[in-house]
Amino acid sequence: MIKSSGKVVGVNGNMVSVEVEGQVSLNEVGYIVLGDQRLKSEVIRIKGSRAEMQVFEMTTGIGIGDAVELTGELLAVELGPGLLTQIFDGLQNPLPQLAEKCGFFLQRGIYLNALPRDKKWDFTPLVKAGASVTDGDSLGFVPEGIFKHQIMVPFNYTDSYTVKKIVPAGKYTVETEIAVIEDEKGNQFPVTMMFTWPVKRAITSYAERLKPVDPMITKVRIIDTFLPVALGGTYCIPGPFGAGKTVLQQVTSRHAEVDIVIIAACGERAGEVVETLKEFPELIDPKTGKSLMERTIIICNTSSMPVAAREASVYTAVTLAEYYRQMGLNCLLLADSTSRWAQAMREMSGRLEEIPGEEAFPAYLESVIAGFYERAGLVRLRNGKQGSVTIGGTVSPAGGNFEEPVTQATLKVVGAFHGLSRERSDARKYPAIHPLDSWSKYSSIIPHEQVEYARKILFRGNEVGQMMKVVGEEGTSIDDYITYLKSDFLDYVYLQQNSFDPVDAAVSVERQKYVFTILIDILAASFSLTSKNDARHFFNQLRQKFLDFNGSEWQGEGFKKLENEIKSMVADKKNS
Amino acid sequence: MRKIYSKIDSIAGNVITVSADGIKYGDLAVVSSTYGDSLANVIRLDGEKVALQVFSGGRGISTGDEVRFLGHPMEVSFSDNLLGRIFTGSGKPRDKGPTLEENMIEIGGPSVNPAMRIIPRNMIRTGIPMIDVFNSLVESQKLPIFSVSGEPYNELLARIAMQAEVDMIILGGMGLKYDDYLYFKETLENGGAMSRTIFFVHTAADPIVECLLVPDLSLAVAEKFALQGKKVLVLLTDMTNFSDAMKEIAITMEQVPSNRGYPGDLYSQLASRYEKAVDFEGAGSITILAVTTMPGDDVTHPVPDNTGYITEGQYYLRNGRIEPFGSLSRLKQMVNKDTREDHRALMDGMIKLYASYKESLEKMSMGFRMSDWDEKLLKYGERFEAEMMDLSVNIPLEKALDKGWEILGESFTSEETGLRTDLINKFWPGKKEEN
Ligand SMILES: Nc1ncnc2c1ncn2[C@@H]1O[C@H](COP(=O)(O)OP(=O)(O)OP(=O)(O)O)[C@@H](O)[C@H]1O
Ligand SMILES: [Mg+2]
Repeated sequence: MIKSSGKVVGVNGNMVSVEVEGQVSLNEVGYIVLGDQRLKSEVIRIKGSRAEMQVFEMTTGIGIGDAVELTGELLAVELGPGLLTQIFDGLQNPLPQLAEKCGFFLQRGIYLNALPRDKKWDFTPLVKAGASVTDGDSLGFVPEGIFKHQIMVPFNYTDSYTVKKIVPAGKYTVETEIAVIEDEKGNQFPVTMMFTWPVKRAITSYAERLKPVDPMITKVRIIDTFLPVALGGTYCIPGPFGAGKTVLQQVTSRHAEVDIVIIAACGERAGEVVETLKEFPELIDPKTGKSLMERTIIICNTSSMPVAAREASVYTAVTLAEYYRQMGLNCLLLADSTSRWAQAMREMSGRLEEIPGEEAFPAYLESVIAGFYERAGLVRLRNGKQGSVTIGGTVSPAGGNFEEPVTQATLKVVGAFHGLSRERSDARKYPAIHPLDSWSKYSSIIPHEQVEYARKILFRGNEVGQMMKVVGEEGTSIDDYITYLKSDFLDYVYLQQNSFDPVDAAVSVERQKYVFTILIDILAASFSLTSKNDARHFFNQLRQKFLDFNGSEWQGEGFKKLENEIKSMVADKKNS
Repeated sequence: MRKIYSKIDSIAGNVITVSADGIKYGDLAVVSSTYGDSLANVIRLDGEKVALQVFSGGRGISTGDEVRFLGHPMEVSFSDNLLGRIFTGSGKPRDKGPTLEENMIEIGGPSVNPAMRIIPRNMIRTGIPMIDVFNSLVESQKLPIFSVSGEPYNELLARIAMQAEVDMIILGGMGLKYDDYLYFKETLENGGAMSRTIFFVHTAADPIVECLLVPDLSLAVAEKFALQGKKVLVLLTDMTNFSDAMKEIAITMEQVPSNRGYPGDLYSQLASRYEKAVDFEGAGSITILAVTTMPGDDVTHPVPDNTGYITEGQYYLRNGRIEPFGSLSRLKQMVNKDTREDHRALMDGMIKLYASYKESLEKMSMGFRMSDWDEKLLKYGERFEAEMMDLSVNIPLEKALDKGWEILGESFTSEETGLRTDLINKFWPGKKEEN
């Protein structure tokens, strides 16, 4: 690669104009040299010998004529064992290590290795010399926490290669040469356990992409039953401030049935990341018996950190997810909030003086959002195994109005829409996903007809509720009133879920199916309730019982007792 | 020696350009015109063209005026000598005290490493039941008061400042009416709090650029004191004026506006200030209480809207009261479990009943028949508003909780409240004595 250099000729916010001597390529990384500091930047536009660069740091103190070193390399992340449990900033700097070095504050111009260099990994080879391999094929594995971390042929070696040399089982660092591969022309390449990959290029070292079908279990009832997400699918959570986007993602990051969770805190509050950061190491993943941190990576570019790195952070996150997908794992990427990422693009587009689109977002907003979500997917690897990347992004629409560009662009490309409603969150009906406005193209854990039946009750109940606001209870027929009560009941005991209750916070598929059967029976029943007062009283009591039931340990004594009480209450009032 | 330039190429609004070399982005300069000296800082570099925003505004500046670059960005003096002092938005004394030039520190410094933050844990008591009981303020929280002009938000701020258990108060005034400035000053002086207070005040009559600096000055100083172990409460009023000042500069700079004329980076700009709220492990803390007036009482207006996405909840101040609905302290659950065992339950219970009261009110206004239950609720609601919500109520948390039980006890039977039996046995008026 040719490494060029240049000089600063302009500074506008976090954008710096550079006069370059020699070649320069788009998205190439460069450093602005400021005394003994080097500020990381990325080329975002080239016109003749003039390049515009976005600086991933504060630009105070940069002057005309300051030297710029171009690297000839695209913005990339390190891939290899040791990523799990880490907390990175948007450019993959490990934040705890940065704190050890710099103390309370982030200091610009300091970049640390993402992967520990001195740690020795217990490598077991899986191929012998002479084997023929290509990109993404496993050469061996190392244990990384609870996983067998596959050591793969780096993804840019896309030809056929012969393994010339492979080290025996033993302990090696990520920089040790563990194999040598040779292409058909006889060129040899050393391979280590670590390599880099440009974040804006999707990793495609697999056989084919498949249609996502299996549900990704979140243990949130309204999602799994009514608005499911598939493994390898995409979904978004738009909602006004305070409606519960972050809490919903936090709950999902804890309980989702996936192998790996990557949390991208993108331009939101630092305090929220701290909660995850402090709590995850203490929380035990029931599936593995280990701390939740062992399956988690946190990418954290909070709202007061430099804006350009915010844009990079979502790409860093998705690249790490794709990397683990190559090992046949199911990865979930939770991005909070994609609107902040879009705003970062908007800021840069404004500085580039591009022609603005709606609400000053750049015209390419839609295609960039589509390109990001396209990196999700279920794939069949060349070894026949399957892996997936599921992406869930929150959207923070201006004024809580979904008719804005980011929400609209996202809705075009995702497979499920979990729209949070201000009305529901104000009424403390959590999770505040609007059951009727939201949709999903994926299939539920519950048979379709049953879900549709329940949805109809909700719909009809909502109509009656609206009507009642005008005509009052007196003007509503008893049948309509009962439908209203049923829909309200369904809302309270099934759609709403207490994220802070130890039992109710996460409901297994088994339990959802079991409870839904009981529920459907109640929804479909015709009751001998003759007055509205009776009806209200009956459903109030039933609701109280059901809420206790929801809070009782699955198949425990209390559970069975309450189940019987509910069933007999229902049987008493049911018309045969 | 720093170079002096005596030819200004262009003057537009508060922004001037000069041709100069060796200038750094963010650098400070002094512009000397017939109206006196003003600071200015570099906001764009383009070849040798340097754009500066002039703190005292562009008015009266002539192309022949002198621009002297200082070779460093905006700074503020930091020492205990700041205590009790009042400064303008450019850091000059507004009182009769001396100009401070010792120990200059940078403003708008880097943000705290998220890995170094800790989970908030201390409640700040204010003596206002709607805060202490229902939406507790937490040390290191950032919380705005959403209100409209005419509401007593500055009175509320001043009162919280007087009563909050903090070591220091920093007031950042932006576009403050002169009367309000005097009000703050008198209240703190009369309350004997001035010696632990610092004012950075931009009044409505001052140049607009100075308004932009107020949060950064206030927070830079707050940060240093916090690092020295002080619990600092920063009051910022009114952040809508701050945002409007940003809008004005953005338009002068011909930036493409994103929403109702505000620049596209409004969110990031506000966030970089609010995120200064922090609790330093082993040292002090910064808590930010701000005022955001909502133009047209519209919470979807870009300023309150972006603020809501940044802060940890909000207090709605309406009709002279903190509204229980809409108001939310997102950190309250971190502290209200350790106050008194009945705190959480009473908070939830009383709010639920107040919500039912509102429904009864609505029913009544629509002419529906009032049941006995409705009547009870109406009685309860009135007392709740008068004895809990009214801002004149000034009692410690424990007294407020007792008051809550008293109101419940005189409005309902214990079963009607839906409160847990063990709490009823312990706290229900009359029962306490029996046991
Ligand atoms: N599932 C839930 N159960 C109980 N309370 C909840 C739930 N979801 C949200 N809340 C309450 O609402 C508050 C705000 O939720 P959250 O932080 O998730 O909102 P958000 O949509 O992410 O807002 P923003 O856009 O401002 O980040 C929480 O602090 C909590 O008090
Ligand atoms: Mg959030």
